Amino acid sequence: MSYVSDVTALASKDLKVELRARDTLPAMLLFVLSTLVVFRFALPSDTQDDAAYGLLWVAIVFTALLGLSRAWVPEQEHGVLDALVLAPCDRSAIWLGKTLATLLFLLAAQVVALPAFALFFAPLDATAIAGVLLADIGICVVGSLLAAMAAASRARELLLPLLVLPLSIPLVIGGVGAAVSADGERFLLFLALYDAVFAVLSWASFEYVVTE
Amino acid sequence: MIRARAIEKRFGRGPVLRDVSFDVERGGTLVVTGPNGSGKTTLMRIVAGLVAPSRGNLEVGVDRSKLGFLSHEPLVYRELTAVENLDLFGRLYRVPERRERIGMLLERFGLWEVRNERVSTYSRGMTQRLALCRTLLHESELLVLDEPFSALDEAGAALLDRELEELVGKRTLVLTTHDPARVERYTTSKLALA
Repeated sequence: MSYVSDVTALASKDLKVELRARDTLPAMLLFVLSTLVVFRFALPSDTQDDAAYGLLWVAIVFTALLGLSRAWVPEQEHGVLDALVLAPCDRSAIWLGKTLATLLFLLAAQVVALPAFALFFAPLDATAIAGVLLADIGICVVGSLLAAMAAASRARELLLPLLVLPLSIPLVIGGVGAAVSADGERFLLFLALYDAVFAVLSWASFEYVVTE
Repeated sequence: MIRARAIEKRFGRGPVLRDVSFDVERGGTLVVTGPNGSGKTTLMRIVAGLVAPSRGNLEVGVDRSKLGFLSHEPLVYRELTAVENLDLFGRLYRVPERRERIGMLLERFGLWEVRNERVSTYSRGMTQRLALCRTLLHESELLVLDEPFSALDEAGAALLDRELEELVGKRTLVLTTHDPARVERYTTSKLALA
């Protein structure tokens, strides 16, 4: 129970910080909406739905990157990560709290983005939406770990996309596959497997990322 | 409590610390002095377990739940209030009767009136007082304090003096300072870094 209580305390702290600072979520919302609007006018009107789904994933991945690039900023200010690392809680709780908070921000951005996509381009069925949700989990699970690694670097803005984008490719394949394939469930299964494997890897390795 | 032998730390090519050895008995107070850039902060981070030495051997007789660390930086969230910051760390450290302890510390360090204001509105000295509250929040056996008097005004420094005097003998203290005379009366050992 204490692990759950630590994760809850850490995630709710992130939500509180964001509600006050408003550094991340408004930027994510503006970015994803403006990207979809630009695509709407940049593409010919007879663009096929399949191509449009690809563009949705471009918007999702880069919106997630925007959120991830800000994820550890509150911990970098005033060196708070040191205090969290020294606290006697399991260090993976720090990662899980951050992952949950980032996931909530991304979901909030998609509450706006998905209806906008359906309005501008093509409708999304339940399988496509499930694909987006599973991919969100995957991006946040891997991204929170990689963002913590990048945060320790001077070139973090450059390093984060270099680390996250290659690992997001399977998620994009799974997400687009779930939306356009006749056998979308197989792609959902693939996304769920990706989430499970990378959740375990990130959970187990976070301690080594934040300690020397 | 602490046994350090031939500690060396390198960042890049040059060593920041070279051949540093010392012992601190349980309940003792080690005062570390030295000019800027002599590696005091690095040594404090090594003792706290945040940084691993490049060479040498360090034994610290407590785990991190019994260690209080005051850094150069306050290690508190700017967008949270004093109460919210202390409540978060109180929960992570499983501080018993957390609210009472937080209230007592905030009152003692003169932050009670501003307890519900965000840290981003605090002066440097007020933030340092809050950092001290965070460090003293849980029952630590070892206190590692990196320049605890920095940014404090006379009233704040006097407050900290009283607090440290209360802790002397009951806790093991390792602290850095540019003003060793201030802590002379309870210093049990000294380490001068070049």
